[in-house]
Amino acid sequence: MALVNESAKMEVQDLNAFYGPSRAIQDINLQFADRKVTAIIGPSGCGKSTLIRCLNRLHETAPHAHAEGSVFLDGEDLYRMDPTAVRRRVGMVFQKPNPFATMSIYNNVSAPLRFNTRPSREKMDQAVLRALKQAALWDEVKDRVDAAATSLSGGQQQRLCIARALAGNPEVLLMDEPCSALDPIATSKIEELIAQLKAEYTVIIVTHNMQQAARVSDFTAFMYLGKLIEFGPTEDLFERPKEKLTESYITGRFG
Amino acid sequence: MKFDLAGRRKIFSHGMTVLSGLAIVVIMVPLVAVVYEVFLLGAPVINGAFFTQQIPYPCTPEPGITCHQGGVLVPLEGSLVLIGLSSLLAVPIGIGAAIFAVEYGGERRSARLIGMVADVLSGVPSIVAGAFALSLFIIYDPTQAFSYLDASIALAVLMVPIVTRTCEEALRTVPHSVREAALALGISRWKMTVRITFVSALPGVITGILLAIARSAGEAAPLLLTLGQGCAHPLQGITAEGCALPLWIFYGATNPYQNWYNLAWGCALLLLGLILILSVLSRFTLDWMARRMRGE
Amino acid sequence: MTPGNPFPTSHPERIHRAPKVGDITFLILLLLATIAVVALMVALVVVLLYQSRLAITTLGFSYLTGRVWGPETNVYGILPALIGTLITSAIALLIAIPLGLGAAIFLTQHAPTWLRAPVGQLIELLAAIPSIIYGFWGLIVLVPLERTVVEPKLITYLGWTGLFNSTPIGLDILTASLVLSVMAIPTVTAVSRDSLAAVPRSQKEAAIAIGATDWEVTRRAVIPYARSGIIAGSVLGLGRALGETMAVLLVIGNRPIIPSSLLSSGTTIAALIANELTEAFQPLEAPALFEAGLILLSIALAINVGARLILSRLQAGQGAAAE
Repeated sequence: MALVNESAKMEVQDLNAFYGPSRAIQDINLQFADRKVTAIIGPSGCGKSTLIRCLNRLHETAPHAHAEGSVFLDGEDLYRMDPTAVRRRVGMVFQKPNPFATMSIYNNVSAPLRFNTRPSREKMDQAVLRALKQAALWDEVKDRVDAAATSLSGGQQQRLCIARALAGNPEVLLMDEPCSALDPIATSKIEELIAQLKAEYTVIIVTHNMQQAARVSDFTAFMYLGKLIEFGPTEDLFERPKEKLTESYITGRFG
Repeated sequence: MKFDLAGRRKIFSHGMTVLSGLAIVVIMVPLVAVVYEVFLLGAPVINGAFFTQQIPYPCTPEPGITCHQGGVLVPLEGSLVLIGLSSLLAVPIGIGAAIFAVEYGGERRSARLIGMVADVLSGVPSIVAGAFALSLFIIYDPTQAFSYLDASIALAVLMVPIVTRTCEEALRTVPHSVREAALALGISRWKMTVRITFVSALPGVITGILLAIARSAGEAAPLLLTLGQGCAHPLQGITAEGCALPLWIFYGATNPYQNWYNLAWGCALLLLGLILILSVLSRFTLDWMARRMRGE
Repeated sequence: MTPGNPFPTSHPERIHRAPKVGDITFLILLLLATIAVVALMVALVVVLLYQSRLAITTLGFSYLTGRVWGPETNVYGILPALIGTLITSAIALLIAIPLGLGAAIFLTQHAPTWLRAPVGQLIELLAAIPSIIYGFWGLIVLVPLERTVVEPKLITYLGWTGLFNSTPIGLDILTASLVLSVMAIPTVTAVSRDSLAAVPRSQKEAAIAIGATDWEVTRRAVIPYARSGIIAGSVLGLGRALGETMAVLLVIGNRPIIPSSLLSSGTTIAALIANELTEAFQPLEAPALFEAGLILLSIALAINVGARLILSRLQAGQGAAAE
């Protein structure tokens, strides 16, 4: 489904993803607008997490998993690129905060730099500072960047993971239900953050929380049983759904 | 009548409980007896000279003759050389195979094969490992058949399965989310494995190395076949004949000289202490691993 | 730059190409290590086969059935050492199984919780003590005790069985078996304990509900459920006893004869190799000893694989039961 009035940062074409013989998503065609937030919603098991994990080629790292089809990033097919290179351009935040438990806050954020490009200490300091500020975590950790990452609260850990993803300087940020393990206050902080991040990044967020999708996103895609049912500007989708399935889902008749 | 039967069943049950408790007591008897004997006979020779002097001339005190106690500097150095050399051989191989099995094997048969081979290797009798290392050198270079190098190969055969198994288990306890976090940052596979997954599993890996050292440090049988007779001379290098603490215990036990015998008990105490320390350390690293995996 | 963008620096130099060299080098190193482990297994068998080829071709089956081991007359029969190995291990296991199982039952069913961990650690310590120390202790403490106290009594009271009619020397099959039992006990205890501890509570409760006493619960519900684990532990204990060298070498007397009673000296395959291999000057002696090593390796591996099979089937079964 094509975008109107927007340039597409990513484009999914005829994407199918499998776990062993079973097909998790089926013939997905979708575009993601540059520097906008796109939400993917749908009941659990609908394939939305699988879809987002195909966008940075993480899906194929699971045992017996593979994907067929194309995903274009600025017109270049991800599946013809080196997967590590893809993941450096497309960052990801996971459902449960997963900071590296063996590293300090500073080392977590600087991990993509230290492991991938080895900049000077000075540049790294700047990048860490910038990422922590972008993730709205700097004020809370500025006195203890050398403390263990696990000493942070759950919400802080998730923002740390966002900072870590941003420090690698991606163009696209994938978020796989980033608030599902967080309390309401931490959740609203992350939502505020998403609104700011789209100034610079293309954000794609999977959520099972429709209110969240409505609050944070510009575009919404609704998936059901591995298929893309409807896609459009968030307002249209929630207020004037074209498909019967979409309507019954957003009005809470199943889920 | 009925009541009586129930009563007898109860008494029998209590009797069996007492018997099972008694089994513990019986098992503890040799433990206590061995530790007691080693302390009783080993402690008197543990002094400065014990650690710094060479093996003395053989001597048994008689009226008018006092024997020189001497020390076990050479066996002690030899044991350290053997621990170092055999670890150098076994640890990289064991860790490499474990990483391959867990990180690259997936659920393929090759991954399970490594675990199976390690299990089977762990059943190899130590004397067979010694015979194997000896014959390797007989084929390769008979002049080095009795050397620290040869003995280290024998010990490494015993250590590899322990390192592999423990390392495998440690790597498997590292949650998949850690690997995904690293992959999603575009970190290359080998860097992720070495600097993130492996570092996370490090306490468990250290546990494996400590256990393997504890096992090999006390082995005497393979040394009997591979180390030769190097106890009387100072250390001459890894391709020369050598000595080690467990081997000296054997010499002290089987020769009729009082001062050698006394030193053997000293070696036994030293070895017991070393193994106790290693097992306490390995328990500590195991807890460390468990704490780390709970995210503390 | 977009006006109002709160983050001034925008995407500086990006790395699009990921270095492949590191990945490939690393994988090659891992493959080498993996191949080394597998090759080690194969090399053990091949090298021993190669070294014993002369004995195998010259002696043939007479090696396996020969009742005499006499390098000075160039006669090599493995039976004396093989029988010594089997008898000492069997007796060791006869002692270790009831004690180890009893201890495991006490630890899992009766012991107060605070006692379980420390006693478990003491039993692990029992396993960690080097065999040469057990051998030394056996030689200095156990052998004289056997010779002067235990064996004369056994001869007096149990001599009629035919098992104990010999001169009490202490350096014999019985003493070796005792020392071996000490070494097998920790294995039997640890594996049995783990499998007894894995018995689901519901199994015990079912027995308690029909009025069983503590012992009846253990006997009828717990032990049958943990049976294969107990068997595997015993088999692994047997493996430990069969392959043991030093503890046996020092107390068995090292005479390559078929023992006439439990108080007779003897040898085991491991002790025979340790005793003779470095001084094997007769032309066929070393090959014959390497062949003995090959036989010992085969027995030990067969036992080990058997025990692992039992254990893995047990785990698979528990996995299925849990689902």
